Amino acid sequence: MKRLLASVPFMPKKWTWVDLVVALFVFGLLYAIVKLGTGMGVPLSEHDQPHIALHWWMLPYYAGRSLLRMFIAFLGSLLFTFVYGRIAATYRLAERILVPLLDILQSVPVLGFLSITVTGFMALFPHRLLGAELASIFAIFTSQVWNMTFGFYQSVAAIPRELREVSRVMHMDAYTRFTRLELPHAMVTLVWNSMMSFGGAWFFLAASESISVLGHHIQLPGIGSYMATAYLEGDVRALIEAIIAMIVVIILVDQLFWRPLVAWSQKFKMELSNATDQPTSWFLQFLRRSQLAGWLSNQVFGRLAQAIDGWMLRRAKRRQSRRRGMPGERRRARRAAVAACALAAAGLVMYYGYLGALELSKLGAMEVAEVFLYGFYTMLRVFFATLLALLWTIPVGVAIGLSPRASRIAQPLVQIAASFPANMFFPFVALLYLRWHVNFQLGAVSLMMLGTQWYILFNVIAGTMNIPNDLKEATKVLRLRGWGRWKHLLLPAIFPYVITGCITASGGAWNASILAELVRWKQHTLVASGLGSLITIATTDGNWPVIVLSMIVMAIFVTLINQLVWRPLMRLAERRYRMEISGR
Amino acid sequence: MAWLLELNRVSKRYDAPGEQKVTVLQDIDLRIGEGEFVAILGPSGSGKSTLLRIIAGLVPATSGTVSYLGQPVTDTNPGVSMVFQSFALFPWLTVLENVELGLRYKDISPQEKRTKALNVIDMIGLDGFEGAYPKELSGGMRQRVGLGRALVMEPDILLMDEPFSALDVLTAENLRRDLLELWLEKKIPTKSIIMVTHGIEEAVYMADRAVVLSRDPATVIADIKITLPHWRERKDEPFTRLVDRIYSILTHSRAAQETVQALASGAGRKFTALPHVPSGALTGFLELLDDLEIKSDLYKLADELMFELDDLLPIVEAAQLLGFATVSQGDISLTPVGKAFAAANVLERKELFRRQLKERVPIFERIRWVLDSKRNRRMPREFFLEVIRKSVGVEAAEMQLDTIIDWGRYAELFAYDETSRVLYLEDEEDEAAARV
Repeated sequence: MKRLLASVPFMPKKWTWVDLVVALFVFGLLYAIVKLGTGMGVPLSEHDQPHIALHWWMLPYYAGRSLLRMFIAFLGSLLFTFVYGRIAATYRLAERILVPLLDILQSVPVLGFLSITVTGFMALFPHRLLGAELASIFAIFTSQVWNMTFGFYQSVAAIPRELREVSRVMHMDAYTRFTRLELPHAMVTLVWNSMMSFGGAWFFLAASESISVLGHHIQLPGIGSYMATAYLEGDVRALIEAIIAMIVVIILVDQLFWRPLVAWSQKFKMELSNATDQPTSWFLQFLRRSQLAGWLSNQVFGRLAQAIDGWMLRRAKRRQSRRRGMPGERRRARRAAVAACALAAAGLVMYYGYLGALELSKLGAMEVAEVFLYGFYTMLRVFFATLLALLWTIPVGVAIGLSPRASRIAQPLVQIAASFPANMFFPFVALLYLRWHVNFQLGAVSLMMLGTQWYILFNVIAGTMNIPNDLKEATKVLRLRGWGRWKHLLLPAIFPYVITGCITASGGAWNASILAELVRWKQHTLVASGLGSLITIATTDGNWPVIVLSMIVMAIFVTLINQLVWRPLMRLAERRYRMEISGR
Repeated sequence: MAWLLELNRVSKRYDAPGEQKVTVLQDIDLRIGEGEFVAILGPSGSGKSTLLRIIAGLVPATSGTVSYLGQPVTDTNPGVSMVFQSFALFPWLTVLENVELGLRYKDISPQEKRTKALNVIDMIGLDGFEGAYPKELSGGMRQRVGLGRALVMEPDILLMDEPFSALDVLTAENLRRDLLELWLEKKIPTKSIIMVTHGIEEAVYMADRAVVLSRDPATVIADIKITLPHWRERKDEPFTRLVDRIYSILTHSRAAQETVQALASGAGRKFTALPHVPSGALTGFLELLDDLEIKSDLYKLADELMFELDDLLPIVEAAQLLGFATVSQGDISLTPVGKAFAAANVLERKELFRRQLKERVPIFERIRWVLDSKRNRRMPREFFLEVIRKSVGVEAAEMQLDTIIDWGRYAELFAYDETSRVLYLEDEEDEAAARV
């Protein structure tokens, strides 16, 4: 079965003026959120600070608080996915705007916004922790949502024509079409993408729980703060406790939530034949055998679902009959109102875009050039991080993938490693660097690698496992060994997987740069000159023009690299190195 | 009284900006009354399925109107339900759930819906499989579910888009009989059935009326009443005579169109669409004809090969186009070149193929000329795609170019690199150097 860690990031076909308008739009929108948020800014009071107690028995509570944040963000992502993905897949005009918009949004460095969104949300709920909570949830949300939305949009857009036609011949209303056709069809992709996004979001959770904004330090009760406090106090025992707790939580969520979901979602597979290699879950098996779970799912959830379904059906029927009665004029008026609202909103956003541009115009040419230069430095680091990761993951991954037993053991481990928030280790590595006087300009590269290399490793293993046995045997018969075997069998076979892994890894490295280029250990601060550290410094100082510009520059770099490097490689992989024997 | 279904000068054109308009359907007039079982016949790619979708309201007509009971159809046709070639079942729903979905908007209680769905499942012979998922069923049973789902909606008109063509011979026959029984004995309230098919025999076996379409663009070229009493015997004289007659109408229109196209291509060097046949299939077919030695009746040949006639026709067309075979009055025979081809070895075959291509299909001469006149002897695929697009439209162009490249590669007229998507001429000198 083909299985890639993280779905392939979305790459649109061709850039047109629409995309340019959309890009401007995003810029304006972001600037509006940021500006409005800080405009309402209220200084935080020092004594409201929650205290993080470093006792091991507090860990379940903290882990629970962290998990709650993760799941609220996940629910938010799901809702957003359904609404956005459906609109994009249904209306052609919306598709032309929403899809490139998604591409730009996913290349905006989420973490750069963190300190700003925190102040914004705190301003909404002064003297309460809720603001900081919401900011953390928002950061997690933005890290998950794009990938999920894109996966969902793509699956809905790929519904076979005849199934679409059936739903029309049956006169299905939007709700029925969504629940009977679109959602089930997208289910496999949606569950898989959700699991991957959720795994990646731990990084953002850890980053967003403990944060310094404009000279204040805010700590939300949670496992990330626990670890941050442990670092601050130099408590090694608490540190190890936190790491163990984190791993336990990741495994539990995987085993009790995602594995069962993945196994359950297999029934929505489109292939009409039964595949042999089905994912299984002991927990799902357990639930299916349990009487209580059966009773609950039938009597409680089943009834509830039926009630909702019946209610929605009655509503749909009423609306159908009403629509027949509704005169065309009123319908047209309503459509005009919607269009006017959309236009007004777009105008407002464009106005903020203009304000943002004014802010930018305060910068001199030298400063602008400097930001681009810093972007170049970070780009080099991202490239080296990916390259170094490739150097060790390819031999190791292939070795593991060639042995079925090793891969069975290694794959879940790699997945946990990929989920584990690498930024928890950053201060620790910083300590080592300080002790051995490592040049941090180069040292930041390995920090970036810390979290992202696992994506490549996982994909290399999956690619190697997917090599058909016939091909392996043919290589043996041809007596291909050593380099010949690599050149003719292994490298071409894993190529598409490696590319997918690299895209995910380098995307992650860009985001990680914001944390990895500036690391603190007690009173020491290590800074590597790059876009990431620039953003971090500018946000703590509240240097608006630089914040705005460096965000834009990062988005430009990420988009350009996607267009110029990854997209052609992806196409090549699709065309030349796909394992399907049959042609087009 | 209004007709059950009335089509008035329905046309369908696809046009992209800057391209030549491609007309799929032209001025189709059709009136269908209660109690009629109509089969729509036509060569593949003639737009039969498009016509059916226009009737269903799934695809808007470019011009003309479709009326159901005198009311023009603007959105999805309220009086129809449809059976699809690929069954189009929801794989995540059980048989019962799939069928029940057809009753969703009926104003009856859930219990009544359940009873009704179970009755239909009973009727189509799937009793005992209510709880099964489509993937557990065989192809024939899946299509029964598709049929059940359409019937449970109790439509006035049942539309069927090649409903049996994805099934094996025996299963298809079995299902045809069962459907015909439901229809003839009026066990279903359906007032009319419209079936798109490319099987002439199937049409004559089941329908009361055969509407024959031509191709490029499709127009109605024959509307034949089939009055043979049910159940019809395929071996009977009147039956085979009718099949032969429809068959000759179909091939006749094809031959007539080809001469027109040939004339056009002679005058304006216009690109003639090639039948989509891999060179390997054509070679195999010629060998087979040579082995049979005698003139063969196409209809019987298709039967012997267990081919649908319509699947065989493109190959025949290709053989004719290249001058390897001739067809007269439903019989096919090899030409002298064709005989020589069948007897030749691999290299000689390529030589013959190359010669015929250059002589008879101008596009190959043109591609050679373009490549020859370039200094680096290379030209991107897109260039030729653009050329073909002007004559056959965007959608067909890709397929056409694939066939051209396949034939050209086989004849070694030019080479093609899939990675860079470039057509090029192999340099004989370079090749010789490489060998040394």
